[in-house]
Amino acid sequence: MELITPEPGLVIWATISFLILLYILGKYAWKPILAAVAEREQSIQTALSQAEAVREEMARLTNENEALLKQARAERDAILHEATKVKNQIISDAKEAAQTQGARMLENARAEINNQKLIAIADMKNQIATLSLEIAEKVLRKQFEDQKKQDELVKELLKGVKLS
Amino acid sequence: MVGTIPLQSFSQENKPAATETKFEPKDVILEHIADKHEWHLWGKAYIPLPVILYTDKGFDTFSSAKLQPAGTNYKGQYYTYQLQNNKIKVVDDAGKIDVAANKKVWDLSITSNVASMWVSMIALLVIFLSMASAYKKRVGKAPKGLQSFLEPLVLFIRDDVALPNIGAKYARFMPLLLTIFFFILFNNFMGIIPVFPGAYNLTGNIAVTFMLAIIILLVVNFNGNKNYWKHLVLPDVPFWILPIMWVVEISGIFSKPLALMIRLFANMTAGHIVVLSLISLIFIFNTLWVSPVSVVFVVFIDAIEVLVALLQAYIFTILSALFIGMAVEEHHPEVI
Repeated sequence: MELITPEPGLVIWATISFLILLYILGKYAWKPILAAVAEREQSIQTALSQAEAVREEMARLTNENEALLKQARAERDAILHEATKVKNQIISDAKEAAQTQGARMLENARAEINNQKLIAIADMKNQIATLSLEIAEKVLRKQFEDQKKQDELVKELLKGVKLS
Repeated sequence: MVGTIPLQSFSQENKPAATETKFEPKDVILEHIADKHEWHLWGKAYIPLPVILYTDKGFDTFSSAKLQPAGTNYKGQYYTYQLQNNKIKVVDDAGKIDVAANKKVWDLSITSNVASMWVSMIALLVIFLSMASAYKKRVGKAPKGLQSFLEPLVLFIRDDVALPNIGAKYARFMPLLLTIFFFILFNNFMGIIPVFPGAYNLTGNIAVTFMLAIIILLVVNFNGNKNYWKHLVLPDVPFWILPIMWVVEISGIFSKPLALMIRLFANMTAGHIVVLSLISLIFIFNTLWVSPVSVVFVVFIDAIEVLVALLQAYIFTILSALFIGMAVEEHHPEVI
């Protein structure tokens, strides 16, 4: 029975002591501790959400970069394609021009050659004519030096002329 | 309360009657878990504690050493006192108990339990004030040392005891719950330590658990809101059941703290009794050969006691939080 009877003295001391303990700890220990813990939790929470935001920003930037890169690549491809096209165009144009030019030059040359040939032929004809005349003159001169021969020739020629 | 202190006391008690005195384990055990007027250190050494008596004529104060050895009559200012079974009794000159005078005397002495409570309080203050200063010094940094060891416990009380049971208004009750938890926990552990300054039975003393229960009773009922009182006075039942409900509810107000008081007292006292009983086996069988068995069992029970110390501090705190939570709850779900 003694074991389960609260001693008034101990109850009084325990109450006073506990209330003092409660007051001091409440004011100088629990309050700052809980405040500090709450504050730290708050800052951790803030840091976490900030990190999340940064991560999202990073992802956004990466996406953007990728899009830009893609776009740049597409542009480059387009430019290259264009360039190739232009180059081919230029080459084919140049070829065509060269061909035309060549053909024209060939044509010109041919015409020139033809001209020259005609000139040469004409010249040759003249010279042949001149030479022939000279030869004929020389022959005639020779023939006419001798009277007898002249007569012979007149005869000859007269033989040829058939009077019908 | 193991090992050394029981042993030396046994020897003390056996010495005067050197012959075949029958060993009475019950008396010895109850003496050891009871409150005393001196604080045992070792062997016969003890710290005398102040005796404060409130008599009808005024305060009578003297050192408890004056009452030693047991049976000594000490003539105080107003009465003559003698120590009987660790209680101070008023006696007449012949050494007979003066029943009428005893009723007028209130014992407000600093007993061993009060002294050990103060020591534990100082320890708690040192621990937690230094912990609080660590938070001030290391603002925004990770906890370190004592701080990192105790912070999980503080957070446990906050997140797993106060928040789920009390709800949004938990912050107001945190200091009380934390103080109760660490007060009980620390004193439970100190009770398991068998040497000075431990080895006392503070949380296993009904006066202390009574005090804690009264505090919970007052806190719960002074914080009870409209819902709480309406549920008590006008529960949602047919009117003819109301008188029965009043009896039930009003007894409920007191039975909850009463259960808290009994549970902590019984658990801690039982642990001490079991440990002391196992030690007593050596003296009951009166042979040293029993001691290995006793020691093995005592170690086993001590391990359980460590668990019980934690568990009882936790249970007391969580039930306190639950009762407070029931009193401050805003929307009471009608479960009838």
